[in-house]
Amino acid sequence: MAEAPPLRFRVPEPLARPGEQPDFSYVQISDPGAVQRPDVAAASAELRDLSYSLICVLGDDGVAVGQWAPEIRAEALIVGLRAMMTTRAYDARMLRAQRQGKTSFYIASTGEEAIAVGQALELGQRDMFFPTYRQQGWLVARGWPLVQMMCQVFSNEQDRLRGRQMPIMYSAKDVGFFSISGNLGTQYIQAVGWAMASAIKGDTAIASGVVGEGATAEADFHHALTFASTYDAPVILNVVNNQWAISSFQGIAGGEGPSFAARAIGYGIPGLRVDGNDYLAVVAATRWAAERARSNHGPTVIEWVTYRAAAHSTSDDPSKYRPKDEWKSWPLGDPIDRLQRHLIASGAWSHEQHADLHADIERLVLEAAKEAESYGTLLDGRVASSKSIFDDVFEVMPPHLRRQQRELEG
Amino acid sequence: MTDRKLSYAGAFNEAVRQAMEADGNVFAAGEDIGAFGGVFGTYAGLQATFGVDRVVDTPISEQAIVGLGIGAAVTGLRPIVDLMFMDFVCVAMDQIVNQAAKLKYMFGGSATLPLTITTAAGAGLSAAAQHSQSLEALLCHIPGLKVVYPSNPYDMKGLMTACIREDNPTVMIKHKRLLGMNGIVPEENYEIALGAAHIARSGKDVTVIAYGRMLNESLTAAKTLAADGIECEVVDLRTLQPLDTASIVASVKRTNHVVVVHEAVRFGGLGAEIAAQIQEEAFDYLDAPVMRVAAPFSPVPFSPALEQHYVPDALSIATGIRAVLERSPVGR
Repeated sequence: MAEAPPLRFRVPEPLARPGEQPDFSYVQISDPGAVQRPDVAAASAELRDLSYSLICVLGDDGVAVGQWAPEIRAEALIVGLRAMMTTRAYDARMLRAQRQGKTSFYIASTGEEAIAVGQALELGQRDMFFPTYRQQGWLVARGWPLVQMMCQVFSNEQDRLRGRQMPIMYSAKDVGFFSISGNLGTQYIQAVGWAMASAIKGDTAIASGVVGEGATAEADFHHALTFASTYDAPVILNVVNNQWAISSFQGIAGGEGPSFAARAIGYGIPGLRVDGNDYLAVVAATRWAAERARSNHGPTVIEWVTYRAAAHSTSDDPSKYRPKDEWKSWPLGDPIDRLQRHLIASGAWSHEQHADLHADIERLVLEAAKEAESYGTLLDGRVASSKSIFDDVFEVMPPHLRRQQRELEG
Repeated sequence: MTDRKLSYAGAFNEAVRQAMEADGNVFAAGEDIGAFGGVFGTYAGLQATFGVDRVVDTPISEQAIVGLGIGAAVTGLRPIVDLMFMDFVCVAMDQIVNQAAKLKYMFGGSATLPLTITTAAGAGLSAAAQHSQSLEALLCHIPGLKVVYPSNPYDMKGLMTACIREDNPTVMIKHKRLLGMNGIVPEENYEIALGAAHIARSGKDVTVIAYGRMLNESLTAAKTLAADGIECEVVDLRTLQPLDTASIVASVKRTNHVVVVHEAVRFGGLGAEIAAQIQEEAFDYLDAPVMRVAAPFSPVPFSPALEQHYVPDALSIATGIRAVLERSPVGR
C-alpha cells in the first residue's frame, strides 16, 4: 500500500489583494430574465436551481425582462429611487460628520441600498424587519425622520435611546424595525420566533430577518433555518452577500463552494439567489417570498448578491486587504444607476428630473443635519443625564439601583 | 536590558511572534487576524511572516474558533485563538466553560490543553453595551481556566509568553484603551509567572488592588493622594485566576485598609471575592470595611459623556480611598 501523503488544509484566499487587479470572475451571473419564476406554493425540492442561478430583471439597457419582472408602477419605483438616493446622501453626510468628530462611529450602506429599501416598500406595514447594521435604507424608505436617526448618531439630547446604543444601531417599532444587534446573527432566530408568534396569535404579519454572508458562520444562522424549516415559520431569511465581512472575503465564510442560497436546500427551505443591485429583482423576490410565507407555505432564504462599496465602518481600512476601487469593477453595477436607467428607458424619468431630485435630497439631508446638530453632537456633550444610566435596566427600577442612582447624584 | 519602547499591542504582538518563531507548534486563528492583522492591530504582520496556515483567518463563528483551538490543543499544538471582543466570549461559552475548562478533569487527567484564548475587553471607546463589557468574573468562576489581565506593555509581553507556554487553557484579556500605551519592553524573550501579583507602588496607609486599565487609574489616584500625605500600596493582580491571595493578605497586614478597583460592575465582581478572602484571612488586621470601586449595575452606555460617569477613574478611586481612611477609627 502506497504511503499516504502528509495531510493539508486549505485557507481560502481572495483572488485580488491590494495593488492587484480586481477579479470578480468567481461571481456566477445569469442573463436578465433567464430564470423561471415558480408558483409560490411550489415544493422546495423543485426549487433547487434557484439557489445556483441569479434572479435578475434589469438588463444593461435598463429594460425589465422575464417572468420575475414585477408588476409595479413607475411612481412606486420613483419612491424607491428617492429612498435609495436619500440613504446614500444620508450616509455621506454622516460619514462627514464622523470625520468632523460629531459622532464617533458610522457604518455606510453604499452600494447595498436596494435591498433594505426594496423590502421596506414591498413588505406590509405590520410586518417586522430584523436588520443588521447596513439596512438604514428601510427607515428612510418608511419615512422615519432623518432628524431622529441623526440625533442617535450624534448621541445628543434628542436621542430617543438616550446615549445608550451605538450611533447606527437604530430601532423603530412604529415602522417595523427591530433593534440592531452589534453581535452578529442574533436576530435571525428572533425573526423566526417573531414569525411563529404571529402564527400563534393567528395574525397575518410576517417577519424578515437579515444576516451578512459572514455571519452565516454563526450558529444562530443554522438554528434559525432549523426552526424555520421545522415549523414552516412565516419568515423571510435574507443573506446579504456583500462579498466582505470586515477583512474576510466571502470565501472565508465558505462561499467558494455552493452559494449561500444553497445553504437552505439541506434544510428543505427554498433558497433564492438574487441580484441585490437590481431594484426590480429585489421587489420581485421579496414579493414571492412574502406571498409564500403569507399563504402558509413557509420560509424562504434569499441570498442577495451585492458589494460592500464602503468600508466596513469608520474603524476599518479596506486598503489593507482589498484592491482600491474594487467596487468600480463590480459586475452588478450600482443599484441607483440601474434603476435610474430603467426609469429613463421606460419614459417615466429624465436626467433633468434625476438631477432635480438629487439636489432636493441634498438640501433636505443638509437641513435635517442642521436641525439635528442644533440638539447637540459629540463635540458639545449635550446628552441625557448620567442618572439615566439606571433607567430601563429593569422594567421597574429595583431598590439597589435606586440607591446607586442617588449615589451618582452625590 | 535595553530601553526599547513598545506599545501594549506591540508587546502582545512580539510575544506571539517570538513564540511562533521558537515553537512550530504555536499557531493563531481568529476573525480578521490575517491580512488585516486583527481589528485592533494586535496580530499585525504575523500572517506575512508565518503564512496563512499558521495565522489563520476564520469564519465569524466564535464557538467554532474556540472548539478548533481545543481540538488542536489536545493533539499537542499550542493554539492561540482570538475572540475579537470580550462580549463575544458569551457566544463561545459552551466551548470555554463546558469543554476547555473541564476536559483534563473529565478525561481523567490524560488530556492537556495548552490553549490561549485572547480577547479585548473594557469600555472607553464608545462601543456601547455589546462591545464594552468586562466579563472576567464569569471566567474566573470556572475551575480549570486561568485568566490573565495585564496593565502595561512590559507585563503584556511576559504574561502572554507565559500563557502560550502554559499547559492549561488561559484567557488573555487585553484592555482596548491600553492598546496604544507605550512602555519599556525588552527585546529578548521573557516570561512573567502566572498567578503572581506585583506591587506596582509601595505604601503604608492603604492597599489598592486593581488590574488592567484600572491599575493605571489607581496609580494616578495614588500619586494625587501622595501629595496629601496618603501613601497607597497599589497591587497589580496581573493574573485573576489563580488569584495571588498571599500577596494581597501580606499587603493588607501592612496597611490595614483596602480598596478593590475594577471596571466590571460591582455586584458579583472580582472585588466581592477579594473582599471575602481578605475577611477570611486578615479580618483582624482590617481597620475599616473593604471598599469596592467599580461600575454601576447597568449595561455600558454608548455616549462618551455617560460612559465617563460609568467607568471608574482616578478621581472616583481617590474618593473611595479617602472614604476608607475616614471610616477607619485609627485613620492612617
